[in-house]
Amino acid sequence: MITSSEIPLTLPVSGMTCASCAAHVRRALEETPGVSEAAVNLLLGSVAVTYDAARVAPEQLADAIRSVGYGTELPPADGADTAEVDALAAQEEAQGAEERSLARKALASLVAAAAAMVVSMPLMRASAGSHHGAAADPLLRWTHAVLDPWLAARMPWLYAIEAAWLQGALLLLTAGTLAWPGRQFYLRAWSSFRHHAADMNTLVAVGTGAAFLYSLAATFAPGWFLAHGMTPDVYYEAVVFIVALILLGNLFEARAKRRASSALRALAHLQPSRARVVRDGGELEVPIADIVLSDVVIVRPGERLPVDGEVVSGASAVDESMITGESRPVEKGPGDSVIGGTVNRTGAFRYRAQRLGADGALARIIALMRDAQASRAPVQRLADQFSGVFVPVVLSIAVATFVTWLVAAGDGSLVPAIAAAVAVLIIACPCAMGLAVPTAVMVATGRAARSGLLIKGGEPLQRAGSVTAVVLDKTGTVTEGRPSVTEVAVHAGAWSRGELLELVASVESESEHPLADAVLRTADEQGVDRLPVDGFASHTGRGVSGVVAGRAVLVGNAALLASEGVDVSPLQARADAWARDGQTPVYVAVDRVLAGVLAIADSIKPTSRAAIARLHALGLEVVMLTGDNRATADAVARLAGVDHVVAEVLPEGKVDEVRRLQADGHVVAMVGDGINDGPAIAQADVGLAIGTGTDVAIEASDVTLIGADLSGVATAIALSRRTMRTMKQNLFWAFAYNVVGIPVAAGVLYPTFGLLLSPILASAAMAVSSVSVVANSLRLRAARV
Amino acid sequence: METMDWIAIGGGLLTIAWINWWFLLARRPTIRAAARGGVQEVAIVVAGGYDPADIRVRAGLPVRLVFDRRETSPCSEEVVLPDFGIERFLPAHRTTTVDFVPEHPGTFEFTCGMRMLRGRLTVEASEGGR
Repeated sequence: MITSSEIPLTLPVSGMTCASCAAHVRRALEETPGVSEAAVNLLLGSVAVTYDAARVAPEQLADAIRSVGYGTELPPADGADTAEVDALAAQEEAQGAEERSLARKALASLVAAAAAMVVSMPLMRASAGSHHGAAADPLLRWTHAVLDPWLAARMPWLYAIEAAWLQGALLLLTAGTLAWPGRQFYLRAWSSFRHHAADMNTLVAVGTGAAFLYSLAATFAPGWFLAHGMTPDVYYEAVVFIVALILLGNLFEARAKRRASSALRALAHLQPSRARVVRDGGELEVPIADIVLSDVVIVRPGERLPVDGEVVSGASAVDESMITGESRPVEKGPGDSVIGGTVNRTGAFRYRAQRLGADGALARIIALMRDAQASRAPVQRLADQFSGVFVPVVLSIAVATFVTWLVAAGDGSLVPAIAAAVAVLIIACPCAMGLAVPTAVMVATGRAARSGLLIKGGEPLQRAGSVTAVVLDKTGTVTEGRPSVTEVAVHAGAWSRGELLELVASVESESEHPLADAVLRTADEQGVDRLPVDGFASHTGRGVSGVVAGRAVLVGNAALLASEGVDVSPLQARADAWARDGQTPVYVAVDRVLAGVLAIADSIKPTSRAAIARLHALGLEVVMLTGDNRATADAVARLAGVDHVVAEVLPEGKVDEVRRLQADGHVVAMVGDGINDGPAIAQADVGLAIGTGTDVAIEASDVTLIGADLSGVATAIALSRRTMRTMKQNLFWAFAYNVVGIPVAAGVLYPTFGLLLSPILASAAMAVSSVSVVANSLRLRAARV
Repeated sequence: METMDWIAIGGGLLTIAWINWWFLLARRPTIRAAARGGVQEVAIVVAGGYDPADIRVRAGLPVRLVFDRRETSPCSEEVVLPDFGIERFLPAHRTTTVDFVPEHPGTFEFTCGMRMLRGRLTVEASEGGR
């Protein structure tokens, strides 16, 4: 059992090579006074120690490890190693720099492309008609019909310049574009090529490179082309346009991807950089990296909490919505735990720092989300199968296209052959396929986190979307998990409710029964005092008795009171009605005369009924499991709106119930608080842990509801369904785009419909395809679920 | 058809064959992981591919791959070891450590998120047939 002064700490251990080393380290720690548990992870080279801070200092733990011959370092005395947050900040900065550089390059190449278009118009007019397929390409048709006459009317001087000069100007413009904005494609393509790998850069580099080299040849050896019956047209403007449009596409893609991961960065920004702590009796403001375990932190109204801990003095309401999704501020007083990153609203309080840096709830949530966002959904495997061979296949198709045009179109077909091959290379877009699923996973997990849901990655997300049955554990999931006195009825006015509660609380204060806890909690909440008790006796399974203020008080079930000769019949009808509502009646007799009856119940969370209705609205079968007796279970089920309830199940029986549903063909989601339903959560297709912002249950479940509100289950399932739909749409478009685009670019429609795509249109289509996939994923951010 | 056409077709087929050989079939140099303190560690440079891309390790001992990504190209921003259930984001110009224990001998792949960049991990049986 972890008492309040016990603290978990993870230490790195070096030099452990085998299981026996691990055992040495564990034994050394467990023999240290004050250590209650030490768990060694051989693979990670670390040990998780739970120790009593009052009895042993972290430095002694490190010494214990070193004494058996292994190395260790305490987490930097600056404690709060904010590595997780720092890494994100560095990544964000790098992404920002990359984006700014992309924006500059895209802008420069767009200006160059516009200039190249203008300069090339007179050249096109000169060779009009000689372009094979010139009239077949929608873009060229437009330039001939609209742009050319417009330019000729406004810039007649341009058309007066000699072709050789125009070609020279184009060559310079193009070479400049390739050398600066376009250089990244060639460097990256070359780097991949040396590694026998091919990616998007390979396609762009080969495509624009081929068009550029051909244009160079046409510029410097026009005679050769003329001798073979071809017009030496140049394709410079296409090269510049392709580079410009693809850079523009990359820029939009980078922007969209950054927005897709914004939820994660928003979390990282929750942590303040400085905090006020008590040092040497005074207040001192320190960077949060300087906070050490057991420091007392001072928080004023409106301030963000720097680290996790436990309140020592003061009281306030804390807004935890950024972590739990719960919009109402939560009351905090001494003994309550608080989470770093949340905002103190009303009062001032002091708390003891308990978990720092990477151990803190916020850091763990960020680490978990980062992994989740980088993870893949099984639905992507098809795309992966395809994209592994995609680029070599497209290169092969481009070569085949080139040869086919050359052979089939006869003499002088070199120019359209090159144009078609380049269009194939440029229109092929592996990016859309690669972005289809990961961007959806990223946006969906971010969207979920805003609602206080931690979805562990693409795979759980996909499985949650296909859930057909939801199993709810009753205690702590549907109900509060904390029984309390819900009703008090007094008999014949002999005692007031307060007096009755005082007598019962006094006797029960000696008892350890769960029902006694309920009475004492209620007494505390209502400010009821307790009186000294004499002659306390516990009547196992039936009740308790004792003498309070000279009066013999008997508290228990009907059987106990009857055995003492007390007539309970005046209140029996009331008690039976409560029992039918799932409440446990407890009779009270004073001096062998019936005094009243209390109802004790674990009340249903106010949000449970609506949450269960939402699950039904999603078409899910809802089953509630409980160890309670049939009557109580049925009553709770009726009040909560559950249609199927399995009562009197032991913890092991919960697993069997999940298995039974699975055997019936259901995809089962199990929701529990992780206390005694861990195995059932693990057995289920999707395990959801509820109300555990900081516990190990986060690690064990597929989806964690950080808040205690059951409605998160419906949100998770609805969001997963939406996300699956988005992924399928994305994959469909990405595939359809390539499957249709590549043949069209190759010219399969030319013989029948006379339709061809210019490389410029191909590059525009390529840019649009990847951006549209990311944009579709971004729609999930605003999903109403 | 003219001779030139046959030459074009032949050249095209040869080019296609070469493309597929180079990108999909050609072998790369192999590196054996150095064991250090019981961990088999390999530093892999990520820039347009993996260097080294073919790694040999022994079964049953922890393996640590240290990916050093020296580029910002989005193509390499993720590394996946599907057989070990590992997917990791590689921040640009940083090293990222991936730890796992290969239990069984065999040949496994590590790739980028889209399986375009590839590396190979060959796990050999441990000495003594353990």
